[in-house]
Order: sequence, then C-alpha cells, then structure tokens
Amino acid sequence: MTATDPVTTPGRPVPLDPSLAPPGTRNFRDAGGIPADRWHADQNGETLVPTHCCFCGVQCGMYLRVDRGGKVFGVEPRNHDINRMRLCPKGINAYQQVNHPDRLTAPLMRKNRDEEFREVSWEEALDHTVAEIRRIQGEYGNDAFGLLGGASLFSEKTYLVGKFARVALKSRHVDYNGRLCMVSAAGANKLAFGIDRAGNPFSDILLTDCLLIAGSNVGECFPVMTQYLWGARDRGATLIVIDPRETAVARTADVHVALKPGTDSAFFNAVLHVVVAEGLTDEAYLAAHTTGWDEVRKTVADYPPSRSATICGVPEEQIVQVARMFAGAGKAMAWHARGVEHHSQGVENCLSIINLCVATGNIGKPGAGYGTITGQGNGQGGREHGQKSDLLPGGRSITNPEHRRQICEIWGVDEAELPLAGTSMMEMVWQMQRQEIRGLVGICNNPFVSLPNYATVKDGYDTLEFHAQFDFFLSETAANAHVVFPVTVWAEDEGVMANAEARVVKHNKAQEPPAGVRTDTWVMCELAKRLGAGDKFDFPDSRSVFEELRVASAGTVNDYYGITYERLEETGGIAWPCPSTEHPGTPRLFEDGRTYHADGKTHMQVVEWHPPMDPYSEEYPLSLTTGRTVAHFLSGNQTRRLGALVEQTPRPWVEVHPSHGFRNGDPVRVVTRRGSEVFPALVTEAIRPDTVFIPYHWPVPTAANALTIDALDPRSKIPEYKVCAARIEAAERVDEVPAPPTAPGHRAYPETQVSRTDPLPPTSPQGRGTAERS
Amino acid sequence: MMGRTIFIDPGRCIGCQACVSACRECDSHRGKSMIHLDYPDEGHSVASLPTVCMHCEDPVAPCAEVCPADAILVTADGVVQQADTTRCIGCANCVNACPFGVPKIDLQAKLQMKCNLCYDRTAYGLAPMCATVCPTGALFYGTLEELQAERPGVQVADSFTFGSTTVTTGVAMVVPADKVQWPVPGGLPVVEINGVDVSEANSNKGGGGRREGVR
Repeated sequence: MTATDPVTTPGRPVPLDPSLAPPGTRNFRDAGGIPADRWHADQNGETLVPTHCCFCGVQCGMYLRVDRGGKVFGVEPRNHDINRMRLCPKGINAYQQVNHPDRLTAPLMRKNRDEEFREVSWEEALDHTVAEIRRIQGEYGNDAFGLLGGASLFSEKTYLVGKFARVALKSRHVDYNGRLCMVSAAGANKLAFGIDRAGNPFSDILLTDCLLIAGSNVGECFPVMTQYLWGARDRGATLIVIDPRETAVARTADVHVALKPGTDSAFFNAVLHVVVAEGLTDEAYLAAHTTGWDEVRKTVADYPPSRSATICGVPEEQIVQVARMFAGAGKAMAWHARGVEHHSQGVENCLSIINLCVATGNIGKPGAGYGTITGQGNGQGGREHGQKSDLLPGGRSITNPEHRRQICEIWGVDEAELPLAGTSMMEMVWQMQRQEIRGLVGICNNPFVSLPNYATVKDGYDTLEFHAQFDFFLSETAANAHVVFPVTVWAEDEGVMANAEARVVKHNKAQEPPAGVRTDTWVMCELAKRLGAGDKFDFPDSRSVFEELRVASAGTVNDYYGITYERLEETGGIAWPCPSTEHPGTPRLFEDGRTYHADGKTHMQVVEWHPPMDPYSEEYPLSLTTGRTVAHFLSGNQTRRLGALVEQTPRPWVEVHPSHGFRNGDPVRVVTRRGSEVFPALVTEAIRPDTVFIPYHWPVPTAANALTIDALDPRSKIPEYKVCAARIEAAERVDEVPAPPTAPGHRAYPETQVSRTDPLPPTSPQGRGTAERS
Repeated sequence: MMGRTIFIDPGRCIGCQACVSACRECDSHRGKSMIHLDYPDEGHSVASLPTVCMHCEDPVAPCAEVCPADAILVTADGVVQQADTTRCIGCANCVNACPFGVPKIDLQAKLQMKCNLCYDRTAYGLAPMCATVCPTGALFYGTLEELQAERPGVQVADSFTFGSTTVTTGVAMVVPADKVQWPVPGGLPVVEINGVDVSEANSNKGGGGRREGVR
C-alpha cells in the first residue's frame, strides 16, 4: 500500500497550491494564455485539511476547505488510494453539516417527556444523568442501565463505549447500530475463516476476471466503488449481479439474476450444485485447506437448479450460467452487502457465498476472493474493539476466561466485576418493553428510524425511565430523550476508522467545535469520573485513547499494535492485522491458504435454505424489500438536513411493477402485519412483479421501518429488513414527509423545504417512473 | 487530435448526481449546478446520462452566434463561456439555438447559465469538478490517448448531425465500439409534419435517426 496523495504531509492544514492538480493536468485543451494566478484559490488564505468522508464504508479521501477564520466552508477532491479524487453527492455535501444552523450547541434537558426541552449547563446535564444512572442501578441493578453506540464513531470512541459500559456503568447491556449493518457477514467470516473482515482490498477487483455482486446496490450505496467495477470490465472481466431490482450496475451486467427476496442461500447452493456437477471445483485446494467440504457437497446435492429456480423465481438456465461463468473464470471474486445480510438467515446467506468462493479455489489471490461492503463509515472498525455486546477489545470473546483476564489486566479492573455478554440492539428494545432495561444512553444512533417495527421501538423507548442521547443534530430518537448532549461532528475531532477493506484511515480535525459543544470522548470521561471510575478514563484526547486501544488489541486477530497516527498519515491507511510498527499491514488475507482458525483451515459450513420469517398469504402476497438511495445516509439525521441532498431525493416512494396497474405518482398504501403507510408510486419495470421496494431513510409516517419485521438472524441478531410479506392498494393521498426535529430556538435549514410537498416521486437513480418528470 | 477535454460515457453513469453536486461547488457557478442528468428510457430502465455543455466548435457555438447581446464569449482555447452577467438580457435565444439542450435561463435574474467547463479550475490547472469527482468515470477529463489507455478499445465521437447540419464539439461522447458512426446522429427523428408521416422520407436521408450513439 503506497500513498498516492501527491499533495502534502497529511494531518496538517496546507495552503492550496497548483501542485494539487492531478499529475499531468494542464489547461483545457492544452491552450495557454490564461494567467494561472488569475483564479488563484489561495487568495483568501484558504487551507485544505486532508481527511476522509464521514459517511459510508468506502471512506473516500477528501480535503476540507477551511477559510482564514478557521471555518470549514467547502470540499476539494483528494487523490487518495481508495477513491482517486472521486466523491459521491453525500461526500461532496458532507461539509455542510459542520456549521449547519441545526447544530446542537448546548445540552438539552427535561424531567419528563411531556415537557419542552430547556438548554442547561454541562454540569447540570452531566450531574442529572449520573444521578439517574445511580438511581436506576441502585433500584434495579447494574444491568438495568444500557448503552447503545454507533458505527459512525471513530474507533477510539467505540473502544471507549465498550469500556464505559463495562467499567463505569458495570452493565452487560452494550451494543451498537453496526448490529443493523454487516454482522451477518462478520459472523459468517468468523465461522469460516476465524477472522472478521473482507479477504481482499478494493484494488483486487481491478485484477479479477469475473465479479459477482450479490445484494449490493453498489451504484447508490457505495458509488465510488463503481470505478473498481468498471475498471475490471475495462480489462474484460464479466459481471454477475444478484438483486431483485435492476440497479444501475445490474443494468450493465453480463448476467442479472433478479431473484425473489429471501432466497439467496437457495440460489448459491444451486450454483455450487452445478459447479460440483460440472467438475469445476478446486479439489486440490479443498483437500489442502478446508474442513467440512464433504458435508457441504452432500447438502448442495439437494439443490438442483430446477428446485432453486422455483424457490428463487429465476430461470434455471441463469443458475447454470452463473456457475459456469464464476467457476470457469481464471480469477473470480464475490462482494456482497446488506441484500444478503439483512435476513433471518443472513449468516447462512454469507456462508453460501463463501462456500462457492472456497470450493472454486477463489480465495487469497490477487483478483480472487470475497468481500463485504460496509454500510457505515466505521461499520468494520466499530465492532472490533468492544462495542458489540459479546466482544472485548481486539475482537476478544467476553466469555473466554483468558480473554477476560487479558483485558482486565490492561484496564486494571477486577475480573469478577467484568460483566458477561449482553443482548443485541433489537433485543435491548424488547427488554425496555419488559422493563428489564429502565435507563439508556444512546451515542450516535437513531433507532426511531433505523430499527424495524417502529411501533415496538417507540413503545420500548417510551417505557424507559431515563434516556440520554449524544448527537450533533436533534435526531428523532434524541427528540424523545430526557437529556441530549451536543457533541462534535467528524471534522471537529481526530480519530481512525476501518473501511470495508479493513484499511484503517485517519480523520483529521479541520475546525474547532462551536462553543458549548464537546467531543464524545470528553462526555464519556466526565460521566465516568462522576460514576467513580475517573482513574480508568483519563483520556485528554483521541490519541491517548488510540494508544490504549493499540495495546489492548496486541496479539489478537484484530491486531492494531503496529498502527500509529504517524504511520497512517504517511501511508494513507494500513490494513490490520498489523502486529508491529515495522509490519506493512495485511491488505489481502489467506495468501498461503492458511486462515485464522487454530488448524489454519477454512471451516466450510453446511447451509440449508429456510423461508423468510414473515409468511406470504392471500392477504399479504408480495415481498416488501427496503434499501438506500444515493442522496441519503442511514436514518437521514444528517442528510435530510442538507439542501442539495433533500432536493435530489426529497421523499421516499414505493417502487412497483407496471403489472399492478398504478401510474407514476399514484398514492399507494403499503400494508404489512405491522401497519400501513402511503407512498407515491414509482412505476418501473426494473423491479420484480412480486416485489415492492421502499427506501428507508425517513421517519414515520413515511418510514419503511414502520412496516418491516423485527425478526432476527439467530446467530448474528441482524433484523430481516430485506423481506417481509406485504400487499399494496390504492389510496387517496400520500403521507406527508415530516421535517427533521430541531432544538428550541433553532431553525430548520431553509433549503430543506425544497420540494417537500411535491407529490411526485423523485428522480431516483433506481426504477424511474413512466410519467414525465416534474 | 483533440486535446484535453471532457469525455461523456453514458454506459458508465449510475445516476448518482455527484456531478450535479460537484458543479454547484465550483466557485464560478455561484452555488448553482450547470449539469443536467437525463433519463433516456424512464420506466423501463434505470439508464441515465450527464449532459454538460458540448462547447461547440464548428459552427462556432450556436448559442453564442444567436446571442443578440454578445453575452456569450468563446475563449481562445475553445471554452464557450456562460453569459456575461453585465450583457445578458435573458432572451433565451441561446436556449432555442443549442442543439444539445444545455443552457438554462434564470427568469428571475434574466440570465442565461450553462457549463463553462470550470474555467476557474481548468485555467488553474485543475480538472473540472464534475469529471474529477464522477465516481464511475462517466465524465472523464483528459486527452483521448489517456482515455484509451485506461479503457482499451473505447471509441468516441465529437461530431453530431442534426438533420443536414453537422456540429463538431470540444467535448466528446463515448460511443459503442461496435456501432461507430461518423458523425453520430444527434437529436430525435422528425416523424410527423402537419399530420403527415415523414418518417419514411427521413429514413432515406441518413442522419437524424435514432440516437445510436447513446447507449
């Protein structure tokens, strides 16, 4: 991994300089005559701070433009290894949230939910929170108070979330919103390979001969990754896309398999069946490096293409075609995302893809392997160091006595006092309903939009006796809290994130936070001090947390010990494991065929297909599936406040096939066993006739997650967002899109009003309608 | 051969509108985007393509030629600038003249606006913002040789026919390698005049047919 950034030493603000230009760039059409200094951007004393985008797991490098007064006011592309200047609309607009008028700048507090928030001092907010923690834990026990973190936090902060829960709160109940992201892939990777990360770097995509993309709308969810796909195709690679919708990438694929939602493992088992039947397996690799292949081979024998074609609703020939194309290629890769992971059989789905890669010997080579594409910026790093309910730093198991001893030694706490594993994010909501959890602190998450089955989520949170939330905008969840702590946005602090390649990158501070705003680190340390654990939380800044994290991860699979801030600034990113400061990092895994299991082998796992948890019936004959749109990020707490992104995609819609008889823009009621909502129709042939799609970034009454089911994968505990039974019917009018909540005395960003009342669906990249655009 | 310019490759466009957001960030555009994102096959396909000013060369920029106020200037290096705010009268002649449907009129400001190829950036040695950020390379900035080095076998066109008129442009369009035509037919065919079907007659004239150049 080499740094391609031609500009400066990253980490320090630099003046804008002509050397910023990409190598070889000259004036338009090579004609001179324009004085170069005429438009010199440095005329206002502007500086550029190298950092990364705050949003998805690609983690594009960018510069934030900072004016002479020290304020972020724009963005400039950066020639970083990951993105090579490219940015998506979210990345381009991200800087606008830094000095956004909706920013929270003072702690908000109220004693009861029926009161208005009032701005209070930090002392009052912290003291009141600690008093409530003490009261609830005193009355009901330590585990009655929970903590929910987020995967958009820097790894330093996610490390602190885990430590704060176990050491300061002494509660077992800590989890994070990465639980809603890629934990199925994590679980599958751990089972098969003993390591929880993608096997190959993005750059390997450019070397492959056949690229299989499953359940991933790359064009909208990870737009900058598309350049790798197109780069592979420039070399002649074939492209296979598995998705119920014809996405922008699927449109150009050699094979697009539009399978019925919830049938992925039946499909991949059938593909492997054909691979075996046609003698395309890599028996030498299987014999030398795997266990469990015989059982897998026997299982897939029960999935002939004829059977899976019926289950998946796809032509039998496509299954055979995919098998021949993938297994017949010299080097093949499979990348997947939430489309296969957001299921009650998410782990099985991922394992069925791993089985295909391993059985064909496509593992651990340049251009051959597998990867999972992370949704949240730090979805990968967010779980590596103890924020997940069952993990301690370094990916250690909280139930393993040796692992517990190691961490207690580093933390200086008594092993007997270290709690055991807690429950997952959705299960914690059910515990709130049952009053097993009575108090909660939420950091950087918005479950009111992001969790399935909204009615249950609202009920759980309403039952809490005390709820505090850290955020920089008043999210729908924060608006339900008793205390809201105003914290920094990403550009006001420094720290690391691990992207979808497990490449650790460093974000740099571009401006001072507004008066009244503190870092999440500072707030957690202040709370810990008041809870009597101040000696364990003496962290003046991110660097001091990172130094402890490095030590805490040393010797584990998730080894960060060799990664330092200085090295990250020099290299542009280092992939873990990296056990020493001389170690170059590990961009590609399993190059010698050895995995991270004790026996060094890949443990292939038998996968049987099961139907989705919400059964179809005459009343609910359709599949409802959900996903993202390119302009918005997750719960939309950030992007629904940025004018250009709101203008690009002002509201959700329901994508339906023309066979249902609706016209573009017609109000359509979508009904599931959880409730019903009305969306404008986006009529398109780009979706299966038996499937409807709603993007999920909005709150009720336009929330996809008011309709989705809170069924969980038994192993990863990820919710089954991607399929539930539904019906559609004509309605009179569409539900109005609510404006994001704002704190008292604040005003909504005026541009967010754009097109809010427009009844027609937006011009989404997906499934455009048949009517004229407005 | 053409120098450094923008190449548009609709086959790569994912419709993300990063170009639209990026264009708005350019200092010379004063917070407004000058890029259209078009959807050629709505309801049937998710196909999309970005439209920037083609910076016509021959005949010299129809928009500039018809401007009664001489508000649209063409620089020595071939960039067709957006309207000079001190001259533009907002008459929309340029909108009607452009064969590619590019210029927009801000009626309130009585001002024409269009892509000026990020003159604030290109003159300074930077690539235009849209082509810099485009996640997929649907907008590429460089020379034809650079494009072809990156995308072996790629074919481009910078000449388009509209009926009997041929327009040569500074910006080029990637066309399917197996359907190379020179020049590429631009615009939709006229199929009916005063109720009379003339599609048969047109099809014999050549040019002006379907936009085969656009996938």
